[in-house]
Parts: sequence; C-alpha cells; structure tokens
Amino acid sequence: MLIVRLLFKNAFRHKFRAFLTILSITIAILAFVMLRTVIGAWYAGVDASSASRLVSRNAVSIIFPLPLSYKDRIRQVEGVRLVSYGNWFGGIYIDEKNFFANFAVEPGSYLELYPEYVLSPREREAFLKDRKAFAAGRKLAAKYGWKIGDMVTLRGTIYPGNWDFVLRAIYRGKTDSVDETQFFFHWDYLNETMKKTAPSRADEVGFYMIGVDHPDLSSAVTTAIDRTFKNSWAETLTETEKAFQQGFIAMSGAIITAIEIVSFVVIFIMLAVVANTMAMTTRERIGEYAILKTLGFGGWAIGGLIAGESVIISLCGCITGIALAFPAAAGFKKALGMYFPIFSVETPSLVMALIASLAVGILAAIVPIRRAIAIRIADGLRRIG
Amino acid sequence: MEEKPIIVHAEHVKKSYHRGQHIIPVLEDITLCIREGQFLALMGPSGSGKSTLLNLIAGIDRVDSGAIRVGGIDITVLSETELAVWRATHVGFIFQFYNLIPVLTAYENIELPLHLMRLTAKERRLHVETALQVVNLSDRMDHYPAQLSGGEQQRVAIARALITDPAILVADEPTGDLDRQSAEDVLNLMARLNEESGKTIIMVTHDPRAAQRAQTLRHLEKGVLTDADCQAPF
Amino acid sequence: MFALFPYSLRNLWTRRLTTVLTASGMALVVFVFAAILMLARGLEETLIQTGSTDNVIVIRKGSVSEVQSGIERGQAAIVESLPYIASGRDGKSLIVKELLVLVGLPKRDTGKISHVSIRGTQGHALLLRPQIRLIAGRLPRPGSFEMLAGSSIARRFKGGGLREELYCGMRHWQIVGIFDAGNSGFDSEIWGDADQVMQAFRRPVYSSVTFKLREVKDLDIVSRTIEADPRLPLEAKRETLYYAEQSEMMAKFLRILGISLTVIFSLGAMIGAMITMYASVATRTAEIGTLRALGFGRRYILTAFLMESLLLGLVGGCAGLFFASFMQLLTISTINFQTFSELAFRFTLTADIVLKALFFSLFMGFIGGFLPAVRASRMKIIDALRAA
Repeated sequence: MLIVRLLFKNAFRHKFRAFLTILSITIAILAFVMLRTVIGAWYAGVDASSASRLVSRNAVSIIFPLPLSYKDRIRQVEGVRLVSYGNWFGGIYIDEKNFFANFAVEPGSYLELYPEYVLSPREREAFLKDRKAFAAGRKLAAKYGWKIGDMVTLRGTIYPGNWDFVLRAIYRGKTDSVDETQFFFHWDYLNETMKKTAPSRADEVGFYMIGVDHPDLSSAVTTAIDRTFKNSWAETLTETEKAFQQGFIAMSGAIITAIEIVSFVVIFIMLAVVANTMAMTTRERIGEYAILKTLGFGGWAIGGLIAGESVIISLCGCITGIALAFPAAAGFKKALGMYFPIFSVETPSLVMALIASLAVGILAAIVPIRRAIAIRIADGLRRIG
Repeated sequence: MEEKPIIVHAEHVKKSYHRGQHIIPVLEDITLCIREGQFLALMGPSGSGKSTLLNLIAGIDRVDSGAIRVGGIDITVLSETELAVWRATHVGFIFQFYNLIPVLTAYENIELPLHLMRLTAKERRLHVETALQVVNLSDRMDHYPAQLSGGEQQRVAIARALITDPAILVADEPTGDLDRQSAEDVLNLMARLNEESGKTIIMVTHDPRAAQRAQTLRHLEKGVLTDADCQAPF
Repeated sequence: MFALFPYSLRNLWTRRLTTVLTASGMALVVFVFAAILMLARGLEETLIQTGSTDNVIVIRKGSVSEVQSGIERGQAAIVESLPYIASGRDGKSLIVKELLVLVGLPKRDTGKISHVSIRGTQGHALLLRPQIRLIAGRLPRPGSFEMLAGSSIARRFKGGGLREELYCGMRHWQIVGIFDAGNSGFDSEIWGDADQVMQAFRRPVYSSVTFKLREVKDLDIVSRTIEADPRLPLEAKRETLYYAEQSEMMAKFLRILGISLTVIFSLGAMIGAMITMYASVATRTAEIGTLRALGFGRRYILTAFLMESLLLGLVGGCAGLFFASFMQLLTISTINFQTFSELAFRFTLTADIVLKALFFSLFMGFIGGFLPAVRASRMKIIDALRAA
C-alpha cells in the first residue's frame, strides 16, 4: 500500500532519531510488560487455587493450631468428600536465602486432594511408604540438584532442631499454572518427634484442607464446619482456598497497587519521548506541510500523515519490546523463580502493551497535528528557505 | 602617495577538498597581497574558490600548502586554540545570512566577541554603544534578531564584526540576502568604514553593484591568482 | 567567561514544548526514584526506631521472629534472675515477658481483614521503650481486659480507637488508651495484659523476654551466658538488630525492585534527552560555526551544550522531587513477609534523598547530552557555516 510505504519512509527519514525513539519505546514496553507480569505472578496463587477446596484454620489467629481430633468431626459434615491436614513447617535449607514453602501433610489424603500434582506411581508409593520421605516439585528439585534418594536437612524454626528427609518423589504440575516449588513431608514424622521432644505440642494441626463433593456446596459446608466448632476450645475459620489466597494478597495490596501505578508511569515516560520526537519532526517539516496544503491536501490528510508516522514508530518499538520481553522473563524467572513460582508473559499483558503503544502514538501526534493544520501556507513556505 | 604596508600576504596557497575517495582541487596556486586600508572585492564564477580563499585568510580553514601572513603572523602554523584566540582579536566576520544568535538581543550579539577579552561590564557597555552608533541602530539594541529586518540584522552583524577593532574585516556575500535599499545601506556603511576609519575590507561577492564600491577587484579563475602587487617589498 | 547559563536557559525557553516534554520524562523517572528511596527509608526508619540499643530481646533459638518463638515460664524466670538487668527508679528490674499473637481484624476503609499483632505484656513495658508515649486515655489496669492501641491501629482498624471494643480470643477487650510509637513497628500493635492474653488465647508460653542492660557492653556476656545454659534453648539479640533483621527481606525486595525499575526508566528518559539535544545541535549548526569563527573554542561549545542538557535534567529533577514530596502525605500499610504481621510506614523525605535525586537528574542530563555536545564541539567551522 502506497500510504503505508510513505508513512514508513517518513518515519525513518531521520534514521538516527527514529532509532533512538524506537529504542526508548522498546525499553518502556519491556518494562511495562515485565511489571504486569510481576503483578500477574503475584495473583498466580489465586488463579491456581480451587473453589472446591476449603481451608480451615484457627479463627483466633492463623498461628494457632487446631486439635487433630477435629478431623473426624469435619468428615461427618454433609458435603465433605475428603479431609486432609497439615502444618506449616517453615524450615530453613542451609540458610535463609533459600526460601521455599515446606510443610508437613497427611500424605495420602493430600495427594488425593491435589490431583494437579502428578507423580509417577512408583514414586508415589515410595513416598507414602517412607515416613521420612519428602516430595518436591520439579522446579525446586532442579534448582538444588536433588535426585531421588538424596538426603536433605532442614533447620526447624517453629519446630526446633535439624530435620532429615529423603527425597522419594518429584511431582510435576498438570498445567503451567501449578506451583512446582513445594516441599512436603509426612505429618506423622513431625508429630511422632513432637510427642518425644515437646509433648504439649503434639496432635496439633495447622490447617485442614477439605474437599467438597461439588463446588456449589462450598458455601454451605464452610458455614457448617464453623458452626460445628463455634464456642469450643479452638474456633475454626473456614473459607475456600481461593478466598484464603486472596486474603494474603490483599494484605500486600499496597505494594501491588504501587507496582500497577508505576507500570503506567512508564507509559507516560514513553509518551513524553514520542511526543517530543513528533513535535521536533513536525517543526522541521512544517514547510512541507505547507506545500501539501497548496496542493490541496486538507487537515485530515495531513493529520493522518503525522499520526500515521507516530503510530508506526510507536508500534515498531512495541513489537521489539514485546519480542525482548520473552527472553527477559525467562532470565527473571531464573533469578527470582523462588519468589514467583509462576512467571510467564501472559497475553493480556501483551494486548495492554499494544493498546498503550497505539494510544501513545495517537496522543503524541495531537499537538504537532494542530500546529501543522494551523500554519498559514505563506508562513510555512517561508520556513523552507 | 605613500603606500600602506601589506597586511595580508598569501603565498603559493594550495587547497583541495576530499569527498570520500575523490580529491577536488579548489585552489591551485594563490598569491595575493592586500594593503592596509584597502577595500578589495574577490570575484569569480561559482566554484572558483573565492569563498575558500576568504575562509583561509580568516583562519577558519587550513591550507594544504603555502603560507598566509596577516599582520606579520603566519597563521598557517598556529594551533587550533591559537587560531581561535587570533581570530577573536584580528578578524571581523560579515556573513551572507548574518548569523546572529537568535536568543540574544542586538546588544548582546554585538557584545559577544568582547567576552573573550578581559573587560569589565562597564567597558563592554562603552564599546557596544559606540558600535551601535556607528551602524545607527542605538534605538534597536534590545530587539531580538527575529524582530529586525534583514538590513538591520546585517548592520548588527557589522557592528559585531567591528567591536574588537580587528585588523581585517572579511565579508562573504554581505548583500546576497538583502533587498536593494538595504544592500545600498550596508554598502554605504562598509564604504564609510573603509574611507573614514581606514578599515581593511576583503569582500567576496557576485553582486556587480557591491563590487563597484570596492577600490580593488581581483578575479579568481580556476583556482589561480597571481598578484603583481606582491612584488613590492614590505 | 561569557554567561553560559542565561544562553542555555534562553535556548531551552525558546523551544518550550520540547523542553517541557523532555524534562517531564526525566521528572517522572526522578519521581519514581525518589518515591522508592523514600519508601525504603520510611521502612527502615520504622524498624530502626523500633528498639533501643541498650535493650536485649530473648527468643527461642532458631526462631526467626517472636511469632515463631516460644519461651516457657520456667525459662523466662531463669532469664529474669540474671544479674545484668537494669533496674528502674522504683527498684524493680526493667524486664518484660511478652506473648505475641496474630489476630485478623477488619480495616476501617475496606473492611478487609489484616493480621495485627497483639502483645501481651506487663505494665512497665513503656519504661523499656522510651520512644513510645501515651497520647490519649490511660494505661490499662493490670490483670484487666483493657488494652492500649498504637495510633496506627486506632486510625485504620475497626474497634481500635479510644473507648472502642475489640472481639478476639472469645473475649471483649476495651481500648482505654492510645500510644504513639512514632514511626516504629510498635505503632501497628495492640498491647494488653500478658496473663489475660495467655489465658484468652490459651497459650501458656511467652514469645519473648526483653530487658534493659545495666551496661550496654554487657551484651556479649549476657548472650553467651544464655546460650551456654543447657536449660535455656534461647538466644539473645540486641533489640535494634533484631528489628533490623525483620525488615531485611522487605527492604531488600523494595530496593532491588526500585533500583532496577529506576535504571530501566532512566534509560528511556536519557534517550529522550539525547534525541532533544541532537536536534538542538542540528538546528543550531550555523550558530555553532559562528561562535567558533568569532573565536569561541571547542571546549566552550561542549560546555554550552552540556550545560543545556544539565539544566534540562535539573528542571526535570526539581519537578519530580516536588511531586514526590507529596507522597509524604501517604501511609503505606502492608504485610511484612517475614513476620506475617501488619506494618505501616510512610514515605520519608530526607535531605540525603533530595541530594541523591538531584544528582541523579543531573547525571541523566549529562549522559543524555554528552554525545550530542561532543558532536557539536567537533564540527569543522566551515562545514557548520555552510549549513546556514
């Protein structure tokens, strides 16, 4: 198409300037996509969680335990399909820098409740059989180079002492959005040790995970469970897994909002740069626009030329920025994968980047277009000499 | 009549331009003598190198070979920095397109060269006001170039050229961009400076009317100029 | 020396739109830069102010924070009997045995639940923490269900204000006083009687024991004594160090995020400045030639253009700082990743941050303008004049 070729030629007339502008846009779009991906990663936990699993914990304070005896009573509540339980262990592997989620669970019911953790049948059996066994997600095992049969020691913080475990199973996620950085082991191992070293802390559960027959029953089951334990020694607070995750996210809401705001700041920086380039370019070519006017081109045509050029520059930068975002995200994941187990560039981010670039391209052209349209032909022609 | 001393002596000057691989010779062999107080016009067809010669004499370009002595100093052996200092005190420039600094007023434009010398603000003011009077623009001193006509701008440029009392004034097509009346005014001014103040003026021009006002005419053809005047001893 | 400053300034003024746009880009970068520094500083100040250098906090060995720690009554009594503890004016030892509990409370504005620290303590806790002042109401009666709330809690949580009531641990607690702990972490806590808290939440163990040293230099010997004692699976830390470590992860996260963001953004803005300055040089080629012809040297030209881009940076920097200073009106409340509890802190602007931001903006101006200025200074006079 002739118009497009013309726009391209105009945009790259001053190659160096076009290059610098596009470079600036590339950086801005790259930053934008990365930031939105970070926000997405933060919410990944929520997306991965299920509405047909419930989490039940001590209503008074999340750090208080629930008695093991609750297990049977919960199972008797109507609509409950499966009950599992666990304790957050919070152990340290070598030093605090190596952070990953580790907790003790009732292994059989836990694996049944989380079908998205896929284990080979042989490894599953080995894991269930050995009380000192632990299962690790594929990414976690890869990071530390753990192989089946390796022994790993965690330094307990909540449960003091050094705890030895043997890797018996490595799970992989059924889909991309499953967290493959978890470490879980037998609850009985924890409990039996507690019975010997600190008996007052034995038979205590940090949280119950409950599977319901049908997601629609979630709300009814939640209420029923909490009612069962109201006014007892430890009251429960039950909610869907999704709500539970959302609660945590809400608490760091301020930071997420800040990151969102910053991601838009970068768009404004981009706008300033592109608008500047277009303003300068238009000023230099004002004579040409005057000539076009003498030839009979109206305001719309001229406006279209300027806006078209602006949009082309913007989109070029956007495309290179998006192209770079993928390797950048991969690098980011390598470095900080432990904090963000799920980190991938999502289509919505890319769409937003594209829309933002288009918007910037058009907005940046507004003032130059007004100036070009307003110029009197005689004034414009004089400026050529 | 006593002959004035030679103030500019160009001897066997050679200059070529390099454009990529090609070497384009512009000045083959130039010998030229200009006496103090002379008003000389350099003429010649387009591409004959007259502007190039002017640039060399004014010290804003370098010869390939040969010597140029101005007021006794061989400027071809001066370093870049020394040349800059030399230009500031010895040469006054008048360009075809005036070349005034757009963000400075007429006063400030004229004052500009004085900043390269050690003068107090009061001393500078004195010089500038005198120069403004000479070119008859005292009432426009606070105007910006955009607010002045072409002729007025050129007169400001002339004032700027005069301000350091330079040895020579070089003018490259000074009337090239002016209408008839303004050109007339500028040429009158230059003639007056030459006659009354004895300023040495070297002018490159196409304009026959401008050439008429000069005393001496020299033609540059195919980059060669032999000046009989140079045989005379200093 | 010719007054470069007005010359550069006027040139910026002549092309106003370009100047404003370029400076705006830099202003945005400086804004983000300053805001992040202010945030990290605010976080640090909050946690530094929490704690005194002559206080020692004792927690269970291996616990990263009070929340995970547990000290039995017997163990606490042994610590209490150590000879290194300072005494108050009334002759009593300046030591508190405290229990920390995390409770979910609804926020006033959003109604969302956030974890708040309830600290069961003893009456002379305030003596140990001189940075804290009672600003409204009175101290709770010992052994009662009365509580003191930090001013941050009173402001932002339902039931946390003076004479309001909280329901937790199956009891109603009345807020009888508000304390101001400045920017420290204590400001996001609620204090009550340790024994009552222990009973209500059915936790018969303390989380920590804090006492004031008689002599600051005794820290080492106290620490060694406690760790050597086989009855005490505890460790002792200087209170300020303990709190500093609490914020480590968050502060590090903020800083890494902040610096990488700023570096990336600044690249974008610097390129913008470069574009502007190249155009400026291109437009004034004839002027450059003229100045050189008149006798102004290469260095002068370089300085003139550098000064212009430095001014651009400075204008952007001042604008960015101006807007960043309004952030001081905001209070951020978020959850501390390490302790899982609510932490509120402000953006703090210090002279040091102002200087850093201005220096950074000048740096951006310098980098953006350097190459164009070099190009301007290296022009040959006749080439420049020919462009006229």
